[in-house]
Amino acid sequence: MTETPAVAAPAETAKKFNIDTVENAARTPDTELPWAELGLKQNEFDEVVKVLGRRPTGAELAMYSVMWSEHCSYKSSKNHLRQFGEKVTEEMKKDMLVGIGENAGVTNLGDGWAVTFKIESHNSPSFVEPYQGAATGIGGIVRDIISMGARPVAVMDPLRFGAIDHPDTARVMHGAVAGIGGYGNSLGLPNIGGEMVFDSVYQGNPLVNALAVGVMRHEDIRLANASGKGNKVVLFGARTGGDGIGGASVLASESFDDTKPSKRPAVQVGDPFAEKVLIECCLELFKGSLVEGIQDLGAAGISCATSELASNGDGGMEVELTSVLLRDPTLTPGEILMSESQERMMAVVTPENIAAFEAVMDKWAVEYSWLGEVTDTGRLIITWDGEVIVDVDPRTVAHDGPVYDRPYARPEWQDAVQADAFTGSVQDTGRPAAPAELAAAVTELVASPNMCSKSWITDQYDRYVGGNTAMAFPDDAGVVRVDEETGLGVALATDANGRYTYLDPYHGAQLALAEAYRNVATSGAVPMAVSDCLNFGSPEDPDVMWQLAEAIRGLSDACMVLGIPVTGGNVSLYNQTGSVPIHPSPVVAVLGKLDDVARRTPSGWREDGQAIYLLGTTAAELDGSEWSNLRGHLGGLPPKVDLAAERELGEILINASRDGMVDSAHDLSEGGLAAALVESALRYGVGARISLQDVMDRDGVDLFTALFSESQARAIVAVPRSEEIRFKDMCTARGFEHVRIGVVDAESGKLEINGVDTLALDALREAHEGTLPKYFG
Amino acid sequence: MTELPLIGEAVAVAAHPQLAGARIGVVTFPGTLDDRDAARAVRLAGATPVALWHADTSLGDVDAVVIPGGFSYGDYLRAGAISRFAPLMAKVIDAANSDAKLPVLGICNGFQILTESHLLPGSMIKNDHLKFLCRDQVLRVENNTTDWTRDYALGQEITVPLKNQDGQYIADEKTLDALEAEGRVVFRYVGWNPNGSRRDIAGISNAAGNVVGLMPHPEHAVEAGFGPEEGSGTEGLGFFTSVLNKIVGDNK
Repeated sequence: MTETPAVAAPAETAKKFNIDTVENAARTPDTELPWAELGLKQNEFDEVVKVLGRRPTGAELAMYSVMWSEHCSYKSSKNHLRQFGEKVTEEMKKDMLVGIGENAGVTNLGDGWAVTFKIESHNSPSFVEPYQGAATGIGGIVRDIISMGARPVAVMDPLRFGAIDHPDTARVMHGAVAGIGGYGNSLGLPNIGGEMVFDSVYQGNPLVNALAVGVMRHEDIRLANASGKGNKVVLFGARTGGDGIGGASVLASESFDDTKPSKRPAVQVGDPFAEKVLIECCLELFKGSLVEGIQDLGAAGISCATSELASNGDGGMEVELTSVLLRDPTLTPGEILMSESQERMMAVVTPENIAAFEAVMDKWAVEYSWLGEVTDTGRLIITWDGEVIVDVDPRTVAHDGPVYDRPYARPEWQDAVQADAFTGSVQDTGRPAAPAELAAAVTELVASPNMCSKSWITDQYDRYVGGNTAMAFPDDAGVVRVDEETGLGVALATDANGRYTYLDPYHGAQLALAEAYRNVATSGAVPMAVSDCLNFGSPEDPDVMWQLAEAIRGLSDACMVLGIPVTGGNVSLYNQTGSVPIHPSPVVAVLGKLDDVARRTPSGWREDGQAIYLLGTTAAELDGSEWSNLRGHLGGLPPKVDLAAERELGEILINASRDGMVDSAHDLSEGGLAAALVESALRYGVGARISLQDVMDRDGVDLFTALFSESQARAIVAVPRSEEIRFKDMCTARGFEHVRIGVVDAESGKLEINGVDTLALDALREAHEGTLPKYFG
Repeated sequence: MTELPLIGEAVAVAAHPQLAGARIGVVTFPGTLDDRDAARAVRLAGATPVALWHADTSLGDVDAVVIPGGFSYGDYLRAGAISRFAPLMAKVIDAANSDAKLPVLGICNGFQILTESHLLPGSMIKNDHLKFLCRDQVLRVENNTTDWTRDYALGQEITVPLKNQDGQYIADEKTLDALEAEGRVVFRYVGWNPNGSRRDIAGISNAAGNVVGLMPHPEHAVEAGFGPEEGSGTEGLGFFTSVLNKIVGDNK
């Protein structure tokens, strides 16, 4: 090692272990290693031996096992995920500054601005320990965003929990929501939206996904690579502890010392204050151009950071592991390499910038230690007190992991499920038809767990901090201003429908994309990029693997048609309880651009007398709907996907917003027109008088279907009288179906729908907002 | 003194040169969150925001100080308990108590820091419902003679965001009685007490009226479209124009 201003761990630490050096490994080929306990398969272990030409050391085994895990290597999904990179036109690439593969993709916003966003899962930790699991989910995704050189500006959280009335749901709900709030609120990042779905399929496997978005100037984009021989490698932020090690505890056999804490928590513990300081500290580093490459420490900790930085750069790095600052001095080298302690970053700094780097660290009181330097040897060499314990080609760790073509096949039960339509089923008896029944049905729908107001959750998140939040939940998309001078901003929405995707994975994934796209366009923003979090069961189950393959195929096909690329994301597999998988749940986030956020369109009605139009057509599509969910039915085929119509609708909504033709717009999705009407009314407490006769006549549907069908590519808009002709002309010119269904009534305090008993807004609000407090206090 | 790395500088407000000459410090501690927002509010009011760093040992030549919201030092001990010992706070305390009576506004975590610093009496504990709460909150101006409220009418109701975990104001009965008798209850929650604060108190002042602390966030109600949906959305701006008028008036 050359001279680096290292802050070394106490020297005696190094003496506690019987270090398994590379030399020792070469000398003792037959030593039994706990590769199976670390999650490697026989063929994978054999591959490691083949790559190295000898047995791995304990430390190398730790690195390979964690980097070759499903979570880090995407070994089951990689072959399918390629489609996101392949089904891309030149047009789709034009605004993509950084694509898939880096910590997060980067999209050009114009005016020298760029935006980066990504969605990730933190599912299983959030079931084990909801508070810390959800909190560190936020922490991890935010560090991904910082790693790109961006200032994080907002977060979102799509959540899926078990049945609302199951006793364990309250445990997960309280913990996860408090964790997201406790961590996110302390970072100064507004939480601008998300989802909340209750379904018993998520009972033993809740989905806690987290999205973060950040902005930067083009020149500030940073990549995770270690280049420049002689540049120094530094680890900074929180100290490394024994949290989040999981399988690494089997490596405790490395240690002579059996007095160390035995049961280490597999769930990481977050410190939002440390993260907040780390954000500011990193931004100051970027501002001074003090780092050449940077990488956050997430899954697989130092193993991942060193091997990824090294393999993305000039190809070599030397690191002295005893220089790592520890929270617990009894950690073994393998544990240090695998620890997932939060709030840590690794950077590459030129020798000239060392003093300036240290000054920034000192200013923010952030601890750091110089671990080693970049080399040109093509090897990642890790030493423990000078003895070599890792000597590998970093590419073999970070990129050349196993890739599986897992067998998949359309499940035998799929046909039977698709044949079981809601209409005419046992659950469909007594369908509401009389005015009183329909009014009761609307009220029941908007009070139901999935359609009720989520303000109990969102009121626990800070949506104001930063002063740039132009729109947040419950509007269709969250909108954040990027440039205070021009009003340039971004809109974001996340959507998924596990029920649709269960019925038809190919189209279900497309429906998730279509809804997120529609939500972004509804706000007035031009959709630009996609990030996805693919939550599925075990890839070793051919049924599940088929769902995954179909969903990826559907999503990538639909991205092509809509003309927006996937810039990043995450795959979360093995989401199941015993042999029962969750519904396939591809959560899709769409990011859009608004030239001026002042032109955003909110979802609620305000001005008396404005005309309400329904855009798009309605078919009898109740399979997989929220209404069928309320009646306990899941079967048939999900609503038809029409991406050309989605695109046309999007352009109408964007143009209408830009030219001031609409004052409110709300997309139709789960719960159909009934849900949209009630939500638009309750947003600002302004009612309307509605008649759906024209819709029923044109589309040949009855009133119940008009209200509860979940046909796609639809939205409702409120048009000022002065703009009505212009708006209608635009729809006509584009050949898009539009029909006036009523007027805003700011005086009545009621939602009046012909053929439905009058719905008083006070009563609707009580029903809509009462559900979550009733269950969760 | 540090520069605040804002995302997109705001349009320079064409303020009267006399107003722009007023320099209002905004303090950043490790863990402060709403410092950029407070600086924006100062700027929108027409004054010049000056970034102050917790470790600074001088207030420079600022005419007033805002201690913004956040979770300084993570608030793991007790909100504001560590920040109160920052080198800069000693200067703030001295200046607030000096004959010059430097105007000081503490918002949310800033209010907590002011009570920990004994510039204001009482303390904040966890909300009575034990949850973080973010909502638009109506406040009634109970005293419009402080340095930070002179642009409001007595009894005026304003809507500003409220967002906190530890917002329940408490003090012993004697202190509360004294605050009421001396007119030092500056703001009261209207319609609903969101955190169990004693006597619906949202904000208070010191005896001289130069130091004001409150839990809700006026700096998040200074720009229409980025604040509360009720009312004009800019009903917090009066805090900053108040102190500006005070500064400029006194300099006349």
